[in-house]
Amino acid sequence: MTNVTMTVNGKAVTGDVEGRTLLSSFLREGLGLTGTHVGCDTSQCGACVVHVDGRPVKSCTVFALDVAGASVKTIEGMANADGSLGVIQQAFQDHHGLQCGFCTPGMVMSAAALLADNPKPTEAEVRHYLEGNICRCTGYHNIVKAVLAASGQDVAAVAAE
Amino acid sequence: MHNFDFVKPSSVADAVRAMSAEGAQALSGGQTLLPTMKQRLAAPAVLVSLTGIADTRGVCLDNGALSVGGATTHAVVASEARRYYPALADLAGGIGDPAVRSRGTIGGSLANNDPSACYPAAVLASGATILTDRRRIAADDFFQGMFSTALHDGEIITGVLFPIPEKAAYVKFNQPASRFALTGVFVAKYGSGVRVAVTGASTDGVFRWTEAERALSASFTPAAIAGLSLPSDGMIADLHGSAAYRANLAKVLTGRGVASAH
Repeated sequence: MTNVTMTVNGKAVTGDVEGRTLLSSFLREGLGLTGTHVGCDTSQCGACVVHVDGRPVKSCTVFALDVAGASVKTIEGMANADGSLGVIQQAFQDHHGLQCGFCTPGMVMSAAALLADNPKPTEAEVRHYLEGNICRCTGYHNIVKAVLAASGQDVAAVAAE
Repeated sequence: MHNFDFVKPSSVADAVRAMSAEGAQALSGGQTLLPTMKQRLAAPAVLVSLTGIADTRGVCLDNGALSVGGATTHAVVASEARRYYPALADLAGGIGDPAVRSRGTIGGSLANNDPSACYPAAVLASGATILTDRRRIAADDFFQGMFSTALHDGEIITGVLFPIPEKAAYVKFNQPASRFALTGVFVAKYGSGVRVAVTGASTDGVFRWTEAERALSASFTPAAIAGLSLPSDGMIADLHGSAAYRANLAKVLTGRGVASAH
């Protein structure tokens, strides 16, 4: 076991891990941050997306030791300081951007990465950006609508409710 | 996955030393290697992470050529190479998905030489030079068949030098499940002639379509290749497309590449 230290959601954290410990395992089992979901464990589905130094990554396909010292943000870090939902989370609720909710943490983290790079994306850009995040319930329309709404754009004419 | 010792050197020299250990394997972005290790198709004793070496990351001009560090991610190439070599930036920005592009690197892709990977097509069509810890390797000598390269055991890709073409394009027919190329073609027009590299088609991995290169060097128009055809012998055949389908697709994509080159 090796000691690893990183910053997660603004707090310094440390824990003992093996070489093979995935970032997703360290977050969920080491830190109890079970908001990050592991869907496929083969880097296909995107449910495990977190930010590492501001970039979206699939935490099931990164070793915890390889991001030692990095700043990690998970879905638990997306709420406002008072505990209320962040803008993107609230938009997912307002526009029914989830059904079972399993893919939602990854969707929200990918959406946040998109909006950081491209604050006013088009509908096509949102759909293209989310191609690494798979949802088996919604058919994506309301997810796309939620992301556009979170960017402050009028979504009255977008997709189906 | 089987356990291993993890080391993360901060210089190329330290990485080369670490790679001399028994059972050592280089780890770059890990977007292919981790899934492979999870399936126990690879079980290294020592994993040598190359992502901590600052001087193998980044994009810059070097005597008129585009220099890309071996550990540069696809996301960085997609954004920073655009003003120098837009077709290369297009290619990098179409690999996998955004999260994969945050981690995956050019050096990792080339060292793996997946027969359907995108980067080998750009490197071969550009006549690029692969820089390693010990030598320079011409693209024409580097790719040696499916998952096979000229790299020696323990040799590390430190960078790639791309001559910048007058015009180029990469056209990828997506395999939407894997997000690899079902087939992809990179067309690059230089003063010295046109080069065409095809990925996702041959069972031997990326290759140059020299007959099309000759025709396009004489006339850089889609019509110039209208009468040509690629043989389907040795093409990949799977449930997504037959060998004949891929041979035809490579020709169609070459024409589209010529038409859209910029």
